[in-house]
Amino acid sequence: MFPYLRIGPFLVQMPGFALLAGLWVSTTLIEKEALHLKLNPAAILNMIFYGLLGILTGARLIYAVQNLNIYLSNPLSLFFLNTSTLNLPEGLIIGVIIAYLFGRHRKLPLRPTLDALAPGLAVFMIAVGVANILSGNAYGSPTHLPWAIYLWGEYRHPTQIYETVAALSILILWKMTSTESQGSGIKLLQVVALSASARIFLEAFRGDSSIWPGDFRAAQIISLIILALAIYLTKEWGKAELTTSH
Amino acid sequence: MKSQTNISPLNSNRLITILSIMLIFGALWTFISRVPDSSPRQAGPPPNPKEGFTAPDFTLDLLDGGKVTLSELQGHPVVLNLWASWCLPCRKEMPAIERVHQRYKEAGLIVIGLNLTSQDSELDVRAFVQELGLTFPIALDRDGAVSDRYQLLGLPTTYFIDQSGIIRSIVVGGPMSEATIQSNVEDLLQEK
Repeated sequence: MFPYLRIGPFLVQMPGFALLAGLWVSTTLIEKEALHLKLNPAAILNMIFYGLLGILTGARLIYAVQNLNIYLSNPLSLFFLNTSTLNLPEGLIIGVIIAYLFGRHRKLPLRPTLDALAPGLAVFMIAVGVANILSGNAYGSPTHLPWAIYLWGEYRHPTQIYETVAALSILILWKMTSTESQGSGIKLLQVVALSASARIFLEAFRGDSSIWPGDFRAAQIISLIILALAIYLTKEWGKAELTTSH
Repeated sequence: MKSQTNISPLNSNRLITILSIMLIFGALWTFISRVPDSSPRQAGPPPNPKEGFTAPDFTLDLLDGGKVTLSELQGHPVVLNLWASWCLPCRKEMPAIERVHQRYKEAGLIVIGLNLTSQDSELDVRAFVQELGLTFPIALDRDGAVSDRYQLLGLPTTYFIDQSGIIRSIVVGGPMSEATIQSNVEDLLQEK
């Protein structure tokens, strides 16, 4: 765990730094993949930029709407850099919608564009794992296994390492199969489905899961839904692709 | 744009089969790995300076005399702000903390300003409190033991602790906006 690095008067948040580095590598790979798929890399990078801007702006605005009276009396607080006043799940939805609308406006073909994003998503998932290693977030449940790590006062499953290794394996798998069904959108679905599967399995070892009624872990239920959706789209898009190629 | 497809029915069907098997096993695994009622998390988390854990306990002298013990404040939401008189962002956010204290003290909120006295001087602390007109209790960490227990990495750091003594949110660095403090406090009060 190495959450902060002090450089003179500045306190660098290392998990944030890992995410930024991950974003940089992701966009580099996306650019290469876009060129490979004969797409316009500049338009795709702009789409990512507006999507990210949409996530951050949306997350802050949604948080402000949820605390409307407070922000009406302190409107300047909207511009404070503070991650604790962001509503990220809703922000993510807004960011995806903005990126989609931008893509449509720039006439980017949907499924090839999604495939160009696949390696970026796989790399970003690795960065999330590294960020969690640095912050100690997403920690595991207590265990006495030989590879347990001492964290937050107990020996725990090194879930941050599990998720990093899983994300790395998904990237390798993407690389190994990257010549198959390019441009059909299925490459991204494959990364999404494998990431959801990894989450379903690894969430069981987490010590910080959100619990839903019935003692179910929220992340596993959400991942099951994402996996089912990915299977459905793989089937539909696979069929459509076969029809086009014949 | 024409996609560079070399998809075969075999590849597509194989992928769907593999993912469908994963879905079935995933559903079973989700059921098996539900969190049992008897799990340690139901009994309350151990003390750690981390969201979701019990705030590490301490007893410290107060600037105006008397003592404060964190565990004795259970039943009240607590804002624990770690600061020093030489820290510029601490100075900038203090008026906002004071206003929030004034606004919510009747609702049961307790604000504690935990001064890093091991790296400060009590004379400076007193002058700082008078200058800014702070009315909430100031605890003195004379030997630095509490800031060590909280693994303090930067000033200011603020912990938002619920009425069960569990840390709900941590803000490292500052200055915090008044809205940040207020929204975190309202979240704590809503849990009451």
